Amino acid sequence: MDVDLIFKIAAIGILIAVINQVLTRAGREDMAMMTSLAGVIIVLLMIVDLISRLFNSVKSIFHLY
Amino acid sequence: MNIMQIVAIGLTAAILALIVRQQRPDIAMMISLAAGTILFLMILGNLKSVVTVVNQLSRKASLDTIYLSTVLKVIGISYIAEFGAQICRDAGESSIASKIELGGKVLIMMLAVPILSALLETILKALP
Repeated sequence: MDVDLIFKIAAIGILIAVINQVLTRAGREDMAMMTSLAGVIIVLLMIVDLISRLFNSVKSIFHLY
Repeated sequence: MNIMQIVAIGLTAAILALIVRQQRPDIAMMISLAAGTILFLMILGNLKSVVTVVNQLSRKASLDTIYLSTVLKVIGISYIAEFGAQICRDAGESSIASKIELGGKVLIMMLAVPILSALLETILKALP
């Protein structure tokens, strides 16, 4: 199964935190905000298709329409 | 799909969420969300076979399928409502979680109404 998705999300989270620190140290707070937003959006995109798969399979199993 | 695999995935996700929680609490919440979803997607295979067996048994016993499908719908609704409410509670939004649970209860009540009316009618007919 796609267990590596969890590791990918954790890696992105740690990467964002590091980039934020670097950018804030360099005095570019706006860029730091941009990168954190971009990271969160990427993680959201990865999670959305996972949740849609969950809801479709639950719908098919429990005959929920 | 054994229990060791489930526990291993759950533990690693919990540890990763803890690591990321200091800097990025939102990403930590997404890790727990992804882990919950993956675990349930793994369990669904077994659940599907159980549901098909129950269906066949009920068909063999010539039960009315309306009752079994309603029970399955109630289980599905309660599971999804609990899933969403728990995720919201993890994120610290307990008010949203209670609203989700309220919605789930109302939907289950709506499903139960036809069965209740059928039950009442059979009781009234049985009375002299």
